[in-house]
Amino acid sequence: MSFLTLEKLSKVYGDFAAARDIDLNVAKGEFVSLLGPSGCGKTTTLQMIAGLIEPTTGTIMLDGSDITREKPNRRGLGIVFQSYALFPHMTVAQNVAFGLEMRKIAKAERDERVKAMLALVHLAAFAERYPRQLSGGQRQRVAIARALVIQPPVLLLDEPLSNLDAKLREEMQFELRRIQQRVGTTTIMVTHDQAEALSISDRVVVMEQGRMTQVDAPYKLYENPATPFISTFVGKMNRLEGIWRKGAAEVAGIALPAEAGGLAEGAAIAVSIRPEKLVLKTPGQGRIDGTIANRFFLGGSWLFTVETAAGAILVSAPNDGEEPAREGAKVALDWAPASLRIEPLAQGAAA
Amino acid sequence: MSVGRSAATPFWLAGPGALLFLGLVVLPLVLTVILSFHVYDHTTGIKNEFTLAHYAAVFSDEYYLGIFWRTLRLAGLTTLICVLIGAPEAYILSRMRDPWRSVFLLVIIGPLLVSVVVRAFGWSMLLGSTGLVNQALQGLGFDSVRLLYTETAIVIALVHVMLPFMVIPVWTALQKLDPMVEAAAWSLGASHFTALRRVVLPQVSLGMLSGSLIVFGLSASAFAIPGLLGGRRLKMAATLVYDEYMHELNWPLGATIAIIVLVANLVIMLAYNRVIETRARKALG
Amino acid sequence: MQKNGPIALLFHTLVVAFVLAPLVVICLVAFTPENTLSIPTTSFSLRWFREIFRHPDFVASFVNSLWLATLAATLSVAISVPAALAIDRYEFPGRDALNALFLSPLIIPHLVLGVAFLRLFALIGATGSFGWLVACHVVVITPYVLRLVMASFTGLDRSAEQAAMTLGASHWTVFRRVTAPMILPGITGGWLLAFINSFDELTMSIFVTSPQTVTLPVRMYMYATESIDPMMAAVSALMIALTAAAMLVLDRAFGLDKILVGQK
Repeated sequence: MSFLTLEKLSKVYGDFAAARDIDLNVAKGEFVSLLGPSGCGKTTTLQMIAGLIEPTTGTIMLDGSDITREKPNRRGLGIVFQSYALFPHMTVAQNVAFGLEMRKIAKAERDERVKAMLALVHLAAFAERYPRQLSGGQRQRVAIARALVIQPPVLLLDEPLSNLDAKLREEMQFELRRIQQRVGTTTIMVTHDQAEALSISDRVVVMEQGRMTQVDAPYKLYENPATPFISTFVGKMNRLEGIWRKGAAEVAGIALPAEAGGLAEGAAIAVSIRPEKLVLKTPGQGRIDGTIANRFFLGGSWLFTVETAAGAILVSAPNDGEEPAREGAKVALDWAPASLRIEPLAQGAAA
Repeated sequence: MSVGRSAATPFWLAGPGALLFLGLVVLPLVLTVILSFHVYDHTTGIKNEFTLAHYAAVFSDEYYLGIFWRTLRLAGLTTLICVLIGAPEAYILSRMRDPWRSVFLLVIIGPLLVSVVVRAFGWSMLLGSTGLVNQALQGLGFDSVRLLYTETAIVIALVHVMLPFMVIPVWTALQKLDPMVEAAAWSLGASHFTALRRVVLPQVSLGMLSGSLIVFGLSASAFAIPGLLGGRRLKMAATLVYDEYMHELNWPLGATIAIIVLVANLVIMLAYNRVIETRARKALG
Repeated sequence: MQKNGPIALLFHTLVVAFVLAPLVVICLVAFTPENTLSIPTTSFSLRWFREIFRHPDFVASFVNSLWLATLAATLSVAISVPAALAIDRYEFPGRDALNALFLSPLIIPHLVLGVAFLRLFALIGATGSFGWLVACHVVVITPYVLRLVMASFTGLDRSAEQAAMTLGASHWTVFRRVTAPMILPGITGGWLLAFINSFDELTMSIFVTSPQTVTLPVRMYMYATESIDPMMAAVSALMIALTAAAMLVLDRAFGLDKILVGQK
């Protein structure tokens, strides 16, 4: 049963469609991310749900009632803004209490709930501070507490972690997921960071140029990207173009063993494989030979660029504690034929 | 850039200006303070004897007290009207889209650069007995009203001259405001009015305060407006000083009034600094 | 996303009308063919503009004001740039006091400065001197110039200067080739703002000008207290036109709001 439903939602400015025909069903308690590059319409969509932008067409249903034209202050949704939009002249506690005050909740209960919420986001000791006295991560948590304390049916997060540095961002991802699961609030998050979307969402909605192009669970999105754009935007991907010949993919005259059905002999195809699905072997032992052009140490793994007759290919290998092959070393690449994805290339769509 | 690290360098750089300012700000002010204690005789002029009589006269004579009271009253009224017009106008401007925003900002604060004499003259044409306002009133079947040479005329023109000084600080404060905080307040259930009152207003109140002080200070020492729109009879502090100097030739008395205006101005500025410091301390916990 | 409602727009229209009313009226009345202050209805006439040239005192005051403002603004820049450099770049005893001294004319009413100058001039016998009048104007307008120049020093990226130095430039070359071009907008804006302020100044000048050094605003004030005729409107219209031109230049070059927002 869908809790929040977007139906044919569009926002058009003149002849530019910021968002087109957005159809989305979000179940109660679900964590959905809207993922895409800037200008893809994800923020427009979120602001339509929030009521800050009026949709040109389409409807928004929340728990069975139409809220498309409802004013933002009547929707009761919790919103965490990209800039946090904390009230700088109010203390942390006053910020969090604001929504309860608007709901005319008695002082005693208000204090109680603010206290509980600040404890949940680990800010109990900071209640009397002003926003400017807090670090970025702390402000972020105030913003979340302020949005959650009103017990909104839906929590909307607009690029909530983009203002934090890398280490803190990772910590806050866990924190965000922990809080969301604890409270059980249906959550929609807008982000341009694919790692963030994949790690904390139940489902990810990928948007390109105002349209939704794929809605899937993170691992499915990763394994079966629906468009070439998604395959490169989500994770790293080796993508080569070739033709289908004699039951194998042929790239630059080299036959790469693969599994695919229903392809005509000589059809133009795109071949793609994730770097971690490739294995480095000694020369002659694999399916294609090459030379290591570059290697990067990433801590948990190594990332190699291998020059082969078919082109440059990225290979990721786990760090087993030993130093792997150096730049210039001859290697061979091996893979399970099933992990090589073959798609027919649409005429003229060669990217 | 470091133009050599000699200890004398900054004094070389700032010296000429500092000398000019010492000679033309500090020295004349000191001389004027001294002048205000000189004895003045209507027949022989300024005497080399000292007295507190001028201060005593100014603070006891109904005539002077009346002018001071009018000055404070009109400056206060001007300030109030400027807040009531300037703050909402700055808010409306900040919500406009470009190019309208920059065009109207220019229209509102641009007149700042037009000479006060010109603007005062414009108002005297509008408010005169045969001026446009009265013509319009008569056209609508009302009696003509005496506006020129009234306190109303002075306040109208003062508001016109001072409005940019209110719009600018409020506008600056609004620019620093995260445009999303208002949306955040709505999302938490606040009405537009509540969001304005609880979230926007507190953040621009310092701008309104600083605008008010500037407007009040400049209004209380305004010269051209009361001179041209108040006529000879409706005097304010500045026109009074001018008359004492140029018509009565009683310089010591004029100096006394000028010094009182200066001290009042400085007290207001200091009080303002105190308020800001208290606020800053409070905000820093 | 946030739009102004109809009430807000009505309010805005009234405010704009209020702000523009006296200026528009002046510009209209200046073209009247009549002898009285009236808005031309049937025909426009330039007779009151021609009338100005039959008043040599007005022309002389205009020229006088032009020279005064040009000299004062230039001198003010000449004082402000090194002073700003000293205050921004050096730590020295009395730095804050110096800064306060330079900005002090902002919190002293012009009226008080006027009587103070008058007293000094009476004592040293400088009454009626054009040179001393220039000096007074320099004092009044320098705070504006100093603030703009200081702002451009503060906003300047010091690493560009350091980069020039590592590339082998001498101190003087760094100033000439790197620093000066970067603070030039601040200096030019400061000069123009100072020019306008000096050109418009009335309250202080009225105390220290003598018949030979009467500035245009002082002349206009004196004239307007005696009689009001359409020639005043013509002179005022010219001043509005001049100010508008300067304003456009300022706005195009630096953004008027940026310059004026720093002004008190």
